[in-house]
Amino acid sequence: MASKGYNNIWSDPAEFSFTILPPWWKTRWAYALYILFIGGAIYGFVQYRSRWLKRENRLLEERVNQRTAELKKTIEELETTQGQLIQSEKMASLGELTAGIAHEIQNPMNFINNFSEVSHELLDEMMEEIDKGEMEEAKEISNDIKQNLEKISHHGHRASSIVRGMLEHSRNSSGQKEDIDINVLADEYLRLAYHGLRAKDKSFNAKFETDFDDSIGKIEIIPQDIGRVMLNLINNAFYAVSDRNEKESDESYQPTVKVTTKKLKDQVKITVEDNGSGIPQEIKDKIFQPFFTTKPSGKGTGLGLSLTYDIITQGHGGALELDSEVGKGTVFTIFLPVKE
Amino acid sequence: MRILVVDDEKDVELLFKQKFRREVKSNKLELVFAFSGQEALDFLGTNDPPKVVYIFSDINMPGMTGLELLDIVKDRYPNIKVSMISAYGDQQNYEKAIQSGAKEFFTKPIDFVSLKKEINSLIN
Repeated sequence: MASKGYNNIWSDPAEFSFTILPPWWKTRWAYALYILFIGGAIYGFVQYRSRWLKRENRLLEERVNQRTAELKKTIEELETTQGQLIQSEKMASLGELTAGIAHEIQNPMNFINNFSEVSHELLDEMMEEIDKGEMEEAKEISNDIKQNLEKISHHGHRASSIVRGMLEHSRNSSGQKEDIDINVLADEYLRLAYHGLRAKDKSFNAKFETDFDDSIGKIEIIPQDIGRVMLNLINNAFYAVSDRNEKESDESYQPTVKVTTKKLKDQVKITVEDNGSGIPQEIKDKIFQPFFTTKPSGKGTGLGLSLTYDIITQGHGGALELDSEVGKGTVFTIFLPVKE
Repeated sequence: MRILVVDDEKDVELLFKQKFRREVKSNKLELVFAFSGQEALDFLGTNDPPKVVYIFSDINMPGMTGLELLDIVKDRYPNIKVSMISAYGDQQNYEKAIQSGAKEFFTKPIDFVSLKKEINSLIN
């Protein structure tokens, strides 16, 4: 740099040197610092955010666990309640059972007492008639007494068959499972039921059909229990067809009972089908309850189907289904599990 | 005198016939039997007015119960006396029967001494 004064003389140039520095906040260092700072902030934020998310996550997980535990508890409570309901249902049916037992046993007992009393009186009357020389009269009375003794024995047997049925019902089956050809067993009981009914009632007649699946082979069952089930279902079927036959005005009605067996994947299906009077809905609901019967007094104990149900479900782990239409007929279907 | 006995147990017929053998034999008493409430009403309907003077009915029967029969009989034939014979001698049945106009309420097993007394009081 040189300067010229009034005298037009240039001064000796003087040299200056200077540097222009940016303000401190625009220095490289500052920028580096900024980047570092922002980076740190982002890092911090991410850290904070992820920690927050983790915490949320944990809370959520805890909440889910808590809910799951609550649900589990609710399910357990429901199961307990269900168990209690079943138990109280059993207790209620036990109450009904007691009334049933009382009535079903008391009735024949009354007849036994009454018929023996009246026979005693008749014997006195018979002696009087003999004294009077009325031999015909005396003979008539003696026939009455004989008939009464038969009645006493009949009602005695009636009472014991009720007791026997009750014992069978309450007893845990002591029978052992055996390998049995279900077709042979079903056929046997079908014939047994049919001939049993024919023997009891000469006017009884019905057609019976079978459709057996030969591929079933032998299955593991308690033969006397399944036999009892078959007998009960078949007897009921014959009862239903003969009941309809009595009421039916249609001459072409052919009372028919059909028994079928069928091998399914891992079970065997057995059906007992009739074209009898059918079962109305209000009876369907009660049909498996002990002592429930629609048969006239003395004809049924009302234990058959409840026993059948227990044997199939509890005794064999199977299922029993009922399908019925009033005026068309009834099908009972048994499913028994089989091992491959 | 004609008496109608209603009970779903058929052996009741034999029992009554033997218990009242003498009364029946001497024509003081005529026994008729019905084995359901409906059968009893059908029988009563065959004669108008029915010749039955007294009905003894069981309560617990399939179909129409004895108490239902009692109401119908009292409505249609107020002159016929009705007594109930029931295995269930509970207060509820008793009250219902007496309210509906039953004359007596007998419990099973039937006490034939008191039943005979009841019937004999009508015969004489």
